[in-house]
Order: sequence, then structure tokens, then C-alpha cells
Amino acid sequence: MNNIKTNVRGKAIKYGDNVDTDVIIPARYLNTSDKKELASHCMEDLDKNFTKIVRVGDLMVAGKNFGCGSSREHAPIAIKESGISLVIAKSFARIFYRNAINIGLPIIECPEAAEEIESGDEVGMDFDSGVIYNFTKNKTYTAAPFPPFIQSIITAGGLINAVKSDMFGER
Amino acid sequence: MPMTMTQKILAAHAGLESVRAGDLVLANVDMVLGNDITSPVAINEFERLGQKKVFDKEKISLVMDHFVPNKDIKAAEQCKRCRDFAGEMGIVNYYDCGEMGVEHALLPEKGLVTAGDVVIGADSHTCTYGALSAFSTGVGSTDMACGMATGKAWFKVPSAIKFVLTGSLSPWVSGKDVILHIIGKIGVDGALYKSMEFCGEGVSALSMSDRLCMANMAIEAGAKNGIFEYDEKTEEFLRQVGAKPARVYKADPDAEYDEVIHINLSEITPTVAFPHLPENTRTFEDMEEIAIDQVVIGSCTNGRLEDLIAAAEILKGKKVAKGVRTIIIPATQKIYLEAMEMGLLKIFIDAGAAVSTPTCGPCLGGHMGILAKGERAVATTNRNFVGRMGHPESEVYLASPAVAAASAVTGRITHPKEVMV
Ligand code: SF4
Repeated sequence: MNNIKTNVRGKAIKYGDNVDTDVIIPARYLNTSDKKELASHCMEDLDKNFTKIVRVGDLMVAGKNFGCGSSREHAPIAIKESGISLVIAKSFARIFYRNAINIGLPIIECPEAAEEIESGDEVGMDFDSGVIYNFTKNKTYTAAPFPPFIQSIITAGGLINAVKSDMFGER
Repeated sequence: MPMTMTQKILAAHAGLESVRAGDLVLANVDMVLGNDITSPVAINEFERLGQKKVFDKEKISLVMDHFVPNKDIKAAEQCKRCRDFAGEMGIVNYYDCGEMGVEHALLPEKGLVTAGDVVIGADSHTCTYGALSAFSTGVGSTDMACGMATGKAWFKVPSAIKFVLTGSLSPWVSGKDVILHIIGKIGVDGALYKSMEFCGEGVSALSMSDRLCMANMAIEAGAKNGIFEYDEKTEEFLRQVGAKPARVYKADPDAEYDEVIHINLSEITPTVAFPHLPENTRTFEDMEEIAIDQVVIGSCTNGRLEDLIAAAEILKGKKVAKGVRTIIIPATQKIYLEAMEMGLLKIFIDAGAAVSTPTCGPCLGGHMGILAKGERAVATTNRNFVGRMGHPESEVYLASPAVAAASAVTGRITHPKEVMV
């Protein structure tokens, strides 16, 4: 399975259900919008080790309702800046979902993959086919592709670029 | 194509005859909101767009409330960034220390939202204005930036859960108990991506304050928005605050819902959400004794005048228990002033409570009442996640103002009737 084409590939770091934005980035650090500083406190109240073990390209895997709570864009920013290349969950809270798309952090709902992947597994994904590969367990999972509208925001590299390229019509 | 209330509002704002659940639409917005935490990020993105002006100076509200009065140098710099931007762009609705309030209490009070509006806010509790029969929802800072530039936002049209309310509230029961009951029933993702549409004869038995509190916590069930049917009370409220003329959208009788849930308001009793999720609800029949260290009465959920009146009714002539820090925060300057004129502040101070100028403060663990390791608080706020009000090993119990005030008196979570005999 090793010569398969993937857009992202790395080790999985796994959490449970209802991971909320207060544990992703606690409010006490919201007096800054500095990305590096936010990343240095990412997941702190849930997993003190996260910032020590995460490597650029790693994937985050979680249960249902990931990112519930506040609208703080600081949450997907902190995750992205930590080096996480993709978040796979059973489901996402809706504001987190749109924020991640808008800032260009790839996230995908795939209950099966989220259930079976374990921390430490080597995982990759091909965005075009929607196929997720678990190299450690030698398994594949298929996620539903993004709707075209969302795909065009992702392709543009986030909402700001999409608006710049006149996706919203006249300004 | 039959539509829900939310679908009708979205269709009208997207210039479409009809929409159905799952459609992606680009809609015009009537108000774009941001606060002192989310706006600085949005302003950075706005600048990245290369934009020189905002789409409409009157349709943007910037409210400095989370870390205000500025709690530290970084917070002061974030507010300064917003203040400078508001000045440069000529933004009319900029509210800072001395005139501000917690954003979701402030906007309705200032008449900045009306029925039928589409409102986006870079704050998850923007869903509050559904109480006024508007479609309003929380977004992130990038959406806010694009909203300020273009006056538009993208939405996936939601499906809905219909809540048919009957009966009326018993003594010591408020909108907070109703919404906690509902979240306990459907769970923190029970309405994920959906609208919660409240209708039925029970709606007219609820005060606007109860409705604002309930719509405020729709996000705690994962909902995209919560919305109430328009009635005379909505009309009266909008008239009193001088809001723009209402556009009333009623759901079609044959609109499709994912689910219809019947709630008899008369059956609801005081309800408390235990740590660390709003869905961990219990009523007093199945509650052990829980000693507390702090009480917070305030926030966009329960910092309105009616909430302070409910707390004052219980605290009048009593003292808070020794060792229970009781912090009461009127949500806006206007509420603060009214509470003062009504003598409520005197009741609170005589009881041994601290009364603060409006701020989000302790609600998000920002300042003005942070918890130490192992401490417990009863709060009228809306979230009790790990570390929400301070140390990751502290605990927050969510309750109504009446329960919070009664608990302040005894030092443990208490049903209001126990202290009111
Ligand atoms: S009072 Fe709490 S929930 Fe409401 S806007 Fe402020 S921080 Fe958010």
C-alpha cells in the first residue's frame, strides 16, 4: 500500500467525543491572535503532551461533535499551526466546520475511520477520491466528497481568496 | 415547496423563490457582529482582502465585552485595534467601556435586530436573536471579514426540529430550565446543523427574556439557529426598543421537519446542568448535596433585568453563605441603571454580593471571578466545559438566576422554594 498517492500522510493522534473549543484553545489565551502562541497552548486542558508529541503532517482523529462550543477561529488556527494536516471525526460542530474550511484546514467526516483508527497509526488521505488509508492496519475507508461550493473554497485556499476571486460577486 | 421559518428567511435574503434543506446559498445579511476577541482576527483578514471600505457602516456592530474593561495589556491592544478600525471605517455601532454591554443583550436592547433579519456574528451565541424571529447564527472571524466587505455570507440551508410548546411555567421555573431540559433530552449534538423552531400556544406564555435565554442556548444543542414564532410580545418588544419594521415569516403548515417534539411547559421543574457538558442535566429529585464556592449571575444568557429581579426576590433581606463569592453582573449599562433605580443593587450588596460593570468576564474564564483548582461554581451562563471558568479541575453547574441565588444563600445547590418558605 506504500506507493499510494496521498495529499496528507502522518501519525494519528486520537481523542474522544465532544472535544470543545475551550480545550482546543482555552479562553485565557484569547488575548492574542498570534498563531504561534495559540499553537503553543493547543489542546492543553485535555492533553498536556499534545504540543510535545505533534509533528508536522500528523492527523487528528476524534469522535462526534468535534469543535463544539465557541465560534473562536483561534481553535482551527491553533490546530493548523501545530502542524496537523487533516482532522478526521465522526461529526463536527457546525461553526468549527465552516471555520476550518474558511481558513484552509482540511477536515473530513468519516465515522468508520474515526472509530477504527488508533493513536499512532500511520494514516493518509487522497482528497480527490475521498479515500482514507490506514497503513498500520492495512485498511481503507471512503469519506463523502465535499460539495462543489465547498470544494471551490478549498481550492481557492480559503474564503478570503475565494472572495478575492469574486466568488461573492461584486464588491 | 413548503418551507420552515428559517428556510423562508434564507430564501428571501438569497433572492430565491424557495430553498430546500441542504442547498448552499449566498444570502444578504442585515447585521454583522464581532467582539473584542473575534474582531481583531477578522480585521486582519479584512485587510488581507485589500478592502478599503465596509459594505454598510450601519450594518456592522463591534462590541467590546469579553475582556472589558481591559484586563491586561494584550486585551487593551485588541480593543485598540477594533477602536481604530471602527474609527477609520466610520462604523456607527461601536460599543466600548462605559456604553457597552454583553453583545447579545446589547443588540436587542438597542433595536439593532428586527424580525425577519439575517444576522451573522463572530460569536457562537449570535443565535440569541432567534427570539426576535430573526435568522441569526454564529460564524468565525473569516466569515465576519467577508461579511463586512461584501454584506453576504454562505449558508447551507438547514433542516429543522419543531418544538411545540404548550402550557405555562410554574413558579421558580424560567426559560433557562426549559432550554436545559431540552438539551438534556436531545444532547449537545441533538440539533447539529439544524434549526430549532419554537411554536405552539406555549410560546405566548413565555416572556421575551425567557425566549432570548432559550434561543441563546440553541448552540449548546449544536443547532445552527433557534427561532421563535412571531407574536404580540415580539411586536411589543420591537416597538419599545425602536427596531426597524418587522418582516414576519411563518412556517408553511406542511413544512417538513426532521422531528417534532412536544414540550409541556407546566411539567418542567428547576433544572441544573452538571459538569462538564450542558446535556448532563438533573432536577432536584435526583441530586445529591453539592457544596459550592462561587455563584455568578449574569452573561448573555441570564444577565437581563428579569433575571436580576428573580435573583433579588430571593436575596432580599438575606445574606449569602460565608465563603460563597457571589458575583452579579448586569449585562448592559441600561440594565445596570434600571437595577440601581429599582433598588436591586442595594439588595445584592446588602446580601454580600459583588456587583460588577457589564462584562463577559467569568463566563469564559476571562477575568472577574476565576475558579481555583477543585472549586465549584453555580453560574447562570451557558457552558460548563472543562476549564471554562478557570482551572481545568474546577467545575461549573449551569442553572437559572433563581437557583443560583438560592444556592448563594445556602452554599450548596438549592431549589428556590427551600429558601423562600
Ligand atoms: S457572556 Fe459568555 S457566552 Fe455570552 S458572549 Fe460573553 S463570553 Fe460568550
